[in-house]
Amino acid sequence: MMDYGAMTIRGVSELLARGECTSEEVVRGVADTATRADTAIGAYVGMDVEYAIEQARQADKERRAGRSGPLLGIPIAVKDVLNISGQPCTCGSRILKGYVSPYDATAIARLRREGVVFLGRTNMDEFAMGSSTENSAWKVTRNPVDTSRVPGGSSGGSAAAVAGNEAIAALGTDTGGSIRQPAAFCGCFGLKPSYGRVSRYGLTAFASSLDQIGPMAKTAEDCAILLRAMAGLDPMDSTTVDAPVPDYASAFRPGLKGMVLGMPKEYFAGGIDSAVLSKIREAIDLCIKLGAEVEEVSLPHTEYAVATYYIIATAEASANLARFDGVRYGARSASGRDPLEMYCTTRSEGFGTEVKRRIILGTYVLSSGYYDAYYLTAQKVRTLIRRDFEYAFRRCHALLSPVAPTVAFKLGQNIDDPLKMYLGDILTISANLAGICGMSVPCGRTGEGLPVGLQVLGPSLKEENVLQVAYACDRAAGK
Amino acid sequence: MPAIAPRVNEMKYVPTIGLEVHVQLRTASKMFCGCRTSFGADPNTNVCPVCLGYPGAMPVINEEAVKLTVVTGLMLGSNIGAYSKFDRKSYFYPDMPKNYQISQYDKPLCIGGSVAFDAGGTGKTARLCRIHLEEDVGKSTHMEHFSIVDFNRAGSPLMEIVTEPDLRSADDAIAFLAALKQILLYARVSDCNLEEGNMRCDVNCSVSPEGSATLGTKTEIKNLNTFKGVYNALQYEIARQIEVVSQGGKITQETRRWDPDTGATYSMRSKEEAHDYRYFPEPDLLPVVLSPGTVEDWRKSLPELPALRRARFQSRYGLPGYDAGVLVADRDTAEFFEAVAAIQSNYKAVSNWIMTDVLRVVSETGKGIAALRITPKHLADLISMVDGGTINSSAAREVFGVVLETGQEPGIIVSERGLSQVSDTGAIDEMAGKVIAENAKSAEDYKSGKKAALQYLVGQVMKLSKGKANPAMAMDALKKRLDAGG
Repeated sequence: MMDYGAMTIRGVSELLARGECTSEEVVRGVADTATRADTAIGAYVGMDVEYAIEQARQADKERRAGRSGPLLGIPIAVKDVLNISGQPCTCGSRILKGYVSPYDATAIARLRREGVVFLGRTNMDEFAMGSSTENSAWKVTRNPVDTSRVPGGSSGGSAAAVAGNEAIAALGTDTGGSIRQPAAFCGCFGLKPSYGRVSRYGLTAFASSLDQIGPMAKTAEDCAILLRAMAGLDPMDSTTVDAPVPDYASAFRPGLKGMVLGMPKEYFAGGIDSAVLSKIREAIDLCIKLGAEVEEVSLPHTEYAVATYYIIATAEASANLARFDGVRYGARSASGRDPLEMYCTTRSEGFGTEVKRRIILGTYVLSSGYYDAYYLTAQKVRTLIRRDFEYAFRRCHALLSPVAPTVAFKLGQNIDDPLKMYLGDILTISANLAGICGMSVPCGRTGEGLPVGLQVLGPSLKEENVLQVAYACDRAAGK
Repeated sequence: MPAIAPRVNEMKYVPTIGLEVHVQLRTASKMFCGCRTSFGADPNTNVCPVCLGYPGAMPVINEEAVKLTVVTGLMLGSNIGAYSKFDRKSYFYPDMPKNYQISQYDKPLCIGGSVAFDAGGTGKTARLCRIHLEEDVGKSTHMEHFSIVDFNRAGSPLMEIVTEPDLRSADDAIAFLAALKQILLYARVSDCNLEEGNMRCDVNCSVSPEGSATLGTKTEIKNLNTFKGVYNALQYEIARQIEVVSQGGKITQETRRWDPDTGATYSMRSKEEAHDYRYFPEPDLLPVVLSPGTVEDWRKSLPELPALRRARFQSRYGLPGYDAGVLVADRDTAEFFEAVAAIQSNYKAVSNWIMTDVLRVVSETGKGIAALRITPKHLADLISMVDGGTINSSAAREVFGVVLETGQEPGIIVSERGLSQVSDTGAIDEMAGKVIAENAKSAEDYKSGKKAALQYLVGQVMKLSKGKANPAMAMDALKKRLDAGG
């Protein structure tokens, strides 16, 4: 039997189109592989095989009736933060234990319309707060490349599932690097679309002005296929952008001729592991070889990005997470004699340490008397960071840097040092603050055999730029 | 040594009052989702992931609610902000699904404005601070051992009108509210149904010695949902504050609750315990940017203010002040009058018909004037038929009743029921001839100078015509024949 889990969307799609397999066989194959592999990896928090097979049969039926399409009958894994009708959605949190979603997120609904099969939900840091998936209430997820290491986070389950061949592709979400960093740590492709490109309706919000849903896959092309199906204006999300969605994959070219790529000097200023840096240099050399013009650029406000991010993200989170109170859904503490006490015990028992830390921080920065000093100032700096990018993108089609300063670290290594964990996001969070798109492109492994990700950042709504760089590099590296 | 009573008791105190009026807007759907806003549905049936605050659900602005708020602002002379936005107001309460309310903090839709009201014969004006738009919360009911929440109302559009502290008494407050309610009904922005909680008030009140330049410490009384409640709560609170202050005490800045059963206000929480709402801009929504063209279009479609319309009814239609007041009290009535007046120039007759007959039916049936089967055209025709002599006034009342029942054209009713006066010269002349022939004595009396005999003969023609002959024409016909010697 074929190892469908190791295949790409494109590959499986061709088999299905030629009638060499059915979607049901693919789903059963991936589910078998995943079930076996997952005891060691822990990528999934839930897999509803029956539900997946039902969808697969439907897809097979439609194919027999003459329907086709690149996603028809393709099973994928979904980060446990996206609402799928009839399925749990726990966001890695005890507080959502027992919650079953009554509706499909827009991204899910659009993929469902294309015939995608939803196989299972993947582990994550609680409410997407974390960079290692160690903040999940449910389980540990291990990096399939080295199981003593973290898969990154917060979309660590999705990255591990794709890299460990437990899923053909997966969806993640990225608020400060949560798609790109785990993709880099596990060695798969991960695309954070521009803010407003993909509807957030049905994505349980962490930080509403920063969150985006994006694909995680084995090739740039698969990312392009998934993005195209999800992207575009949504009347349910007022922050989506009314701009045409290109057919990214059909526009791919083999080289990078005519592209100007920038290297932000602040992103290479120090603190990057030398093993990471050398792989990135090789990738940049490859881009030059492929015809790109590479030059140094400056993003002068980079040093303020982490502080800015942790004010805005926590402020928004403190309000977004207020709804988890035990009144209407999810877990409710058994103790509590009045509503206030019930809130306190429910939230004390339901939320983990990192979530509590961020709620408290966010509540503080919005407090009367502190708002101007923190939140308002952070919003102003955010504008400056956005302008840095606008300036750089006047000349450059995309910017290149490492995704993370290190390779995947050991489980437990940073868990007691939140500040160190936060600083690991330094290269990814600016893209969320600026609302631009970014991608992690595998660019080889270090001497220890650990994957390194090249970060390709593109202007807002220019996903085709970053996908083109990813595609060309992937193609050249494969030769 | 006997204590000397302080003279402060003789000091006169002046209340200063400001209101925050919450008005439920007349939209088909909720503020940020597609759920219906209808009152009285089974608990938790008009709900969805958005208004229940489910994970991942996002708000979308109801444009009709924005329009109704801006229309209110335009009616009240507010400035309409070119840039407005929504903010999150955070506090925990079980009837608030997200534990933050989407409201407007520093960029409301409307700024300033005023409401003119009649305070016992004196014209007064209260300035407005602002009008903003927010979402309503659900409704909690507390049982003995538990509480239950109905979220049907959660997410309904709620407009908050905030006054400046321009009111001086409980009478002022309810006169203001009555004037505001009339304008809101005129603008058709709300049903203003107090029983259904369409209008709810928070009252801010302080007292200070007459002539004092500084205001006293204020208290806020929350959630008064009847005008009577506002009146009684204010009467009580003003008296309470004067009592405290005149005995040398200090008013604590606090939020108070009105208990209609005991007729008193009670402290809920002090300033120190006040919520820190942690307002910040709602990241799920874009700012509201209204183009000047849109606002201009809305301005053009505004109805006239009731006070202006009343003056115009007097000058344009020559109606007495009383008539004009009755006709403009309700916008539909005023519009019905104008629709009739557009095609019927006997304005006083139109006014009389509406005030006596139409409004009687409105109050008897409880239906709005627009729901009646009689149309402006019907009423105009009816009046024309009376004025033109086709029917007499008692027949007109009968026709009016039939129109209400059937919605038929008055002309058809008149002919079907044979109610029209006979104005056919030939027919009347024939009847006159017959009457003269049958009443030779009376005819002779007339000819011999007893003019009163003519009235008797007219009466005979009317009798012969079963009351339908036009009496003036009958007299003419009789005279003609008798004078000619017939």
